[in-house]
Amino acid sequence: MLEFPKWKVWLIAAVIAIGILLSIPSLIAGTPYGAAWPKWLPQYKISLGLDLAGGSHLLLEADANDAQKQRLQGMEDSVSTELRRDPRIDIGDISTAGGRLSFLVRNPAQVDAAVERMRNLTRPVALTGNRDWDVSVIDSTRVVLTPTSSGTVQAMKDAMSVARDVVRRRIDPGGTKEITVVTEGNNRVLVEVPGVENPEALKQLIGQTARLEFKLVDLSANPQDVQQGRAPPGSQVLPMADGTGFMAVKRRVMVSGEQLTDAKQSFDQDGRPDIDITFNTAGARRFGRVTQENVNKPFAIILDDKILSAPNINEPILGGRAQISGNFTVQTAHDLAVSLASGKLPVKLNVIEERSIGPDLGKDSIHKGVIASIVGMVGVIVFMLVTYGRFGVYANIALVVNAFLILGIMAVFNATLTLPGIAGFILTIGAAVDANVLINERIREEVRRGRRLHDAVDSGYREAMRAIFDANVTHVISAGIMAYFGSGPVRGFAVVLLIGVVTSVFTAVYFTRMLVALWIRRTRPQVLPI
Amino acid sequence: MKLLKLVPDHTNIDFMRWRNLALVLSLIVTAASLAFAAYRGLNLGVDFVGGQLIRASFPQAIDAEQLRGRVDALDLGESSIQEFGGPKTFQIRLPKPEGSAAAANVAAVRVQQMVESNYPGAKIDAVESVSGKVSEELARDGAMAIILAMIGISIYIWLRFEWQFGVGALVTLGHDVAMILGFFAFSRLQVDLNVVAAFLTVVGYSLNDTVVIYDRIRENLRKYRKMAILPLLNLSLNETLARTVVTSISVLIALGVLMLIGPEVVFGLSIAIFLGVVIGTYSSVYISAPVLVWLGVKPDSFLKTGEKDEAEAQPA
Repeated sequence: MLEFPKWKVWLIAAVIAIGILLSIPSLIAGTPYGAAWPKWLPQYKISLGLDLAGGSHLLLEADANDAQKQRLQGMEDSVSTELRRDPRIDIGDISTAGGRLSFLVRNPAQVDAAVERMRNLTRPVALTGNRDWDVSVIDSTRVVLTPTSSGTVQAMKDAMSVARDVVRRRIDPGGTKEITVVTEGNNRVLVEVPGVENPEALKQLIGQTARLEFKLVDLSANPQDVQQGRAPPGSQVLPMADGTGFMAVKRRVMVSGEQLTDAKQSFDQDGRPDIDITFNTAGARRFGRVTQENVNKPFAIILDDKILSAPNINEPILGGRAQISGNFTVQTAHDLAVSLASGKLPVKLNVIEERSIGPDLGKDSIHKGVIASIVGMVGVIVFMLVTYGRFGVYANIALVVNAFLILGIMAVFNATLTLPGIAGFILTIGAAVDANVLINERIREEVRRGRRLHDAVDSGYREAMRAIFDANVTHVISAGIMAYFGSGPVRGFAVVLLIGVVTSVFTAVYFTRMLVALWIRRTRPQVLPI
Repeated sequence: MKLLKLVPDHTNIDFMRWRNLALVLSLIVTAASLAFAAYRGLNLGVDFVGGQLIRASFPQAIDAEQLRGRVDALDLGESSIQEFGGPKTFQIRLPKPEGSAAAANVAAVRVQQMVESNYPGAKIDAVESVSGKVSEELARDGAMAIILAMIGISIYIWLRFEWQFGVGALVTLGHDVAMILGFFAFSRLQVDLNVVAAFLTVVGYSLNDTVVIYDRIRENLRKYRKMAILPLLNLSLNETLARTVVTSISVLIALGVLMLIGPEVVFGLSIAIFLGVVIGTYSSVYISAPVLVWLGVKPDSFLKTGEKDEAEAQPA
């Protein structure tokens, strides 16, 4: 066990040198030395968790009711567009009651054709053999579309991946920030944004569905009926965004936010904040045509089923550009513009978990953590020194090398250091010496039994190895389970423990054995100073 | 240089002599811990019951009662206010609001506005808001992780040693976890996600001592085949005692420093592990080892038939 060929010595030295080299960029980051680190050397850095760097962690969950509502609404739009196409099929009002779509076909001879065209609107759901909607006929003229469960699952999945992209575009329109936006499970999105000044604004930005619609105001509606929520056929009653009452608008959408190419915050003639929007070609053409046909009538600008404003069409708007006014501040107008430009959320997202940490708290934690790490390390080093003398020195060298290796490995894997992770680091420092304690106590024992120096060291390492291995496996099991079940900060803790287990076995067993072997070879001692 | 030997050479303590006394003591404390946890309950943080936590720091020390009054005036339900690491930092906890997720937001915003308008220069350091649904999941996952870790480690010990050792590990872990649970119930320290991490760490580290002692027992069972079980356990415990003491002290040095001067947020985590190490050291001696006696482990228990004959032919 004490034979160390030259190549092994060099290999161990190389591993340690690389580990130390890799850990340095993380250690000097943020100090004046950080800039002086040569560019040709490795630049890997440990990233700081939100609890240290400051920032917001948000867990968003899709609102299941809203998902169903939006899906029905989407299908309703496709159905009415489809049936208005040539050859046109006249139908009664589309009902969305009971979570399904149904409508009456006015001409009984067209029922089959309507069913056929509805079938063409449905799509197969991958891998299930089912379609996303069931089409059936009741009472011989009423066509019913019922969402299938596999269709609903698929729709949720699609909605979540769109929602994830929309959320990312809203938080980071430039695509330059280091943010995390990932889907979790079937109906959740996890968002982590470092260095957030105002978590509330962030939540507002994400929380808005931003479904923009332009609809004509129904002037034929009786104002009293409207205030009671009753609308004429083909119309619906919607609330005003400023809470000043209700208004009846035509169900049919003139143009929607999907036909926008851009939205920017701007100011109107009176200097009030508003939003400039630009339609795509199809949207511009349609907007132009409808405004041409409805000059001198009002149209409603609707955001998430609330009427922002209902301006009069003074003249046809042909250029594909329009302004949205409402009771905006510069900030709300800006946020809405960003939301509109990034597209609507396919489903409303609710914040079900939030953790926001200010940047100062994180700095304070790092400061205290670093000091505690150093003091803890010095304490352990002194204790090892007075307990094991020369062998304690070896254990201490291993301990310091171990600290560098943990940081180096974390840097290479771009692991995240969290506040509990710092605690894990300190714990690892205390526990890493266990392997050396086991070995050194075993050597003492062997010496007491009267073994010769060489044999004592040799069997000390060999016999202790078994217990070291088993003890470390128990750590790996608990840390592994923690990494699997834990979230954010706790996972950071588990990662440090896991890395610490691996590096401490290397430094405490192989590296110290090499140091001891080299010492014995060099000085040929007669008595073990242990 | 004269080296420090906390455990002198040739120490020979008759640990097993007090094993029944220790058992009674352990049973009483464990039962008391569990009863305490069951009746008084744990001081569960927002992570596990939902609600909001707002941490604010003020430019100078403020009157906690006045702050309490101002928070109560917002009428957001039963709130609690705690000093956090000094008289300039306070933790305001609000219950899970009735109604929608939006209501939770409103509550936090109102507290923030109140703090900012009444205390110029005050800063909101952190806001945590956990919905009922998420807190249930976190609690379930946390409990599951601890139980899985206990079972997983016991199975590993069973595979590496014998089934009696696996049972011993499980009993030891149950004992340790119950004690720490009792400590949290008694001290009213807040149980948050970090404390679950601490429990898991304790599960890993408390077994550290047990594994080392079991390893030595197994070695001695092979070496001294004629020795009675109690002296054999005593021998194994004494042989590993120096290591037990030195390792525990070095871990406690590191954790003690963390507890005293480390960041406040991880205080719960460090005190739980600190305690876990102390309890784990005790239980590895007085729970793990005696369990083997009660499960009927004898020096020849693990010999195959052929080896048994051999053992008799060659007295150790």
